[in-house]
Amino acid sequence: MNALELHAISKSYGDHQALESINLSVPAGSRTVIVGPSGSGKTTLLRMIAGFEFPDTGRLLLNGQTLVDETHEVPAHQRLIGYVPQDGALFPHMTVAANIGFGLTNKGSKRSERIAELMDSVALDANMANRWPHELSGGQQQRVALARALAQQPRLMLLDEPFSALDTGLRGAMRKMVARLLSDAGVTTILVTHDQSEALSFADQLAVMRDGRLVQSGHPLDLYRYPDDEQTALFLGDAVVMPARIEAGWAHCDLGRIPVNNHRNNSAAQIMLRPEQLQLVSAQPSPTEATGCRAVVTDRDFSGNTCTLTVELEAPTAGDQAGRSLMVRSSGMYAPPAGSAVHVSTIGHAHVFSDV
Amino acid sequence: MPETLPGSVATAMPSNLRRRSRGVFAGRGGVWVIGLSVLVSLLSLLPIAFVIGVSIQTGWAAIVPLVFRPRVAELLINTVLLVVITIPLCVMLGLALAWLTERTNLPGRRGWSLLATAPLAVPAFVHSYAWVSLVPPIHGLFAGVLVSVIAYFPFLYLPIAATLRRLDPAIEDVGESLGLKPWAVFFRVVLPQLRLAICGGALLVGLHLLAEYGLYAMIRFDTFTTAIFDQFKSTFNGPAANMLASVLALCCLAMLTAESAARGTARYARVGSGSARAQRVVRLGSWDIALGLLLQGITCALALGVPLITLGKWLIAGGSEVWQLDDLLPALQQTLQLGAAGAVLTTCAAIPIAWLSIRSPGRLQRVLESCNYITSSLPGIVVALALVTFTIHFARPIYQTTITVLLAYLLMFLPRALVSLRAGIAQAPVELENIARSLGRSPGRALWLITLRLAAPGAAAGAALVFLAITNELTATLLLAPNGTRTLATGFWAMTSEIDYAAAAPYALLMILLSLPLTGLLYHQSKRTAGR
Repeated sequence: MNALELHAISKSYGDHQALESINLSVPAGSRTVIVGPSGSGKTTLLRMIAGFEFPDTGRLLLNGQTLVDETHEVPAHQRLIGYVPQDGALFPHMTVAANIGFGLTNKGSKRSERIAELMDSVALDANMANRWPHELSGGQQQRVALARALAQQPRLMLLDEPFSALDTGLRGAMRKMVARLLSDAGVTTILVTHDQSEALSFADQLAVMRDGRLVQSGHPLDLYRYPDDEQTALFLGDAVVMPARIEAGWAHCDLGRIPVNNHRNNSAAQIMLRPEQLQLVSAQPSPTEATGCRAVVTDRDFSGNTCTLTVELEAPTAGDQAGRSLMVRSSGMYAPPAGSAVHVSTIGHAHVFSDV
Repeated sequence: MPETLPGSVATAMPSNLRRRSRGVFAGRGGVWVIGLSVLVSLLSLLPIAFVIGVSIQTGWAAIVPLVFRPRVAELLINTVLLVVITIPLCVMLGLALAWLTERTNLPGRRGWSLLATAPLAVPAFVHSYAWVSLVPPIHGLFAGVLVSVIAYFPFLYLPIAATLRRLDPAIEDVGESLGLKPWAVFFRVVLPQLRLAICGGALLVGLHLLAEYGLYAMIRFDTFTTAIFDQFKSTFNGPAANMLASVLALCCLAMLTAESAARGTARYARVGSGSARAQRVVRLGSWDIALGLLLQGITCALALGVPLITLGKWLIAGGSEVWQLDDLLPALQQTLQLGAAGAVLTTCAAIPIAWLSIRSPGRLQRVLESCNYITSSLPGIVVALALVTFTIHFARPIYQTTITVLLAYLLMFLPRALVSLRAGIAQAPVELENIARSLGRSPGRALWLITLRLAAPGAAAGAALVFLAITNELTATLLLAPNGTRTLATGFWAMTSEIDYAAAAPYALLMILLSLPLTGLLYHQSKRTAGR
């Protein structure tokens, strides 16, 4: 069952079209991530779901209830949708406990019990209850903001880049904690981010936005393997894109013969491989292997556990200019040095972009 | 409105029209806010309307003999001389003191910095009173310049010192690394960045020079303001006073224009509040230290020593007889009442404009704000004359009532409330209100629980600034107050007019004591903007 449904949501500010006919269904209990570069309209969409802004046209339904359509507009305070913004936005004039209890209606000991329970659930120490927001670290502020939003048992949780203000080490840990907490509570969640790795790791369902349009949505792995176009492919990670001729389930390209996932015959197309699908083998003195292609390492970018190599393929026919340059991942410690001759082979299918 | 159209037509309408007004100002609330701010701004245009109105009414033929005559030329020369001599002196003194307290190892920098702010606690006409009773023959341009510099240099010291503290020291390091000598760094790198502070401070001093009455009346130096006052006393609401007021208003507008031209269109890269490194400190030689201490000491002696010694002398000489509590206490009470009422009124009137400027800045809001800004830069005497004329002709019932006095305070001091209030509302970003709504609070409750609570300190600071300005206000109160009104300032003025300097001393002392919190607040604010 779908918790949230967006139908043809559009919004413009003056001449600028911020959102263009957005359609999206969010399954109940799922974690959906909306990812896109800044200015793509993802935050506008999130604020619209929260009820801080209203679309020009379109319908928005939550658990079957109409939140916005041509005639109705449910205001934010009647939606029961939790919202955690980027910086947490704690009320600076309230203690941690008062912040968390802001959305609670019960009073007295019930209230303080619930606050303690919420603090425990986000792994905040009980003695922090009387601290002020400015006395907390960034991570703690985010936990308080999360607990505050959870307090009213929201039907939907919206997270607006909640981890981007945290430093890298903390970010991953917070992401895991939040994901587990929200699935345990069974809260349907929408997260907005511009960070593709965060999006891929957090999402059950990923929706990619660009220039106010939702360009593709689906399971993160599917989007990573089979993006609709080159821009989406490059947004979700490094990619090797090259022209090929497709014939009977095989692509013929500078790398040789590679199996493809979709069958189209005798057509020229662009294919895509992720760098981790390319493998380097030190070149043997006698070329025995049929697959793959000879190349030379031209650059080595060492970054600890991985190493990104740039290799230049051998020109397919003599007399051509220098061959195509590719990016290849390699383990950091055993990467061949620049100048070595290598053999490039591929793993798995190449993805064929549909015609533009 | 599309809502009133039949359904089929309504759906045919582009619905972005229907919902365009949505946003921060949903529905009727926004209309009220905009309406109220327009109303306040229209009210603040009253003095300008007065100047234009009386000019038209008087007619060119009558204006010429009133304006183009030797007396006006004499006043103009006096005023211009006062301005062009005083302002550069104030700039130099402020710059020297600010550099000494912020950038050198002068002993006791913190203390000197406080002492350079303290003269603000002494109302300008009390400075003048101190000098006249210390050196009775003092008068004329020299006395005017001397007392003005002493009374007003902190208006330059404060912003220059605050900017010097805030400048990114890295810029100076870069200057030096590019081969500039230390003095060249100061003149080519530091001084240009002080331009905004100097322009702003100089404008403030200039407007005070044009507007001040008590200071110059006491030392018998004629400026436009004193002449208008005398004219008003002799002929009441005559065209002569009104035309002089128009010329004065023109001078003020000219000064505003000159300042905005001098400020230029260049934007200075704002350095973040948290420049981590401390400012560099120049180590002075022992001769330089002696000179620096001498300058600080002389300034302090003239600006604080003279008024305090004079006051002390009169208080001791007068003994317990000068403490006429039957007169003093009602004056104090009336001052506090007027101050409180004016502060509340002005702060309330500032709320809609401050709200607009933070929550939906735009062209309308900028126009409204500049209306208030221009009016508040007009001298109190022009505002007072405008209100006299207006109430006599159009609002007889409030003529010579407290309401008119409060209106004058509102027009004169609105920007003081506005500045603090804006800072206060900026403390409460709309995002927090949104969060409160997403947690189930209605828009009205969210406004009350979050925004108003967070903006309260700013509003209180603004109200305090207005309150303290009112307690020292002399000119408009003298002209507008109903018979029997006696504030500390007018009581002081009545005593000194009778040359009863001893009896005036307790009033002066009370005014200084009331002003001390204001001075403390200004000092604190300038420190805080520097991020300390």
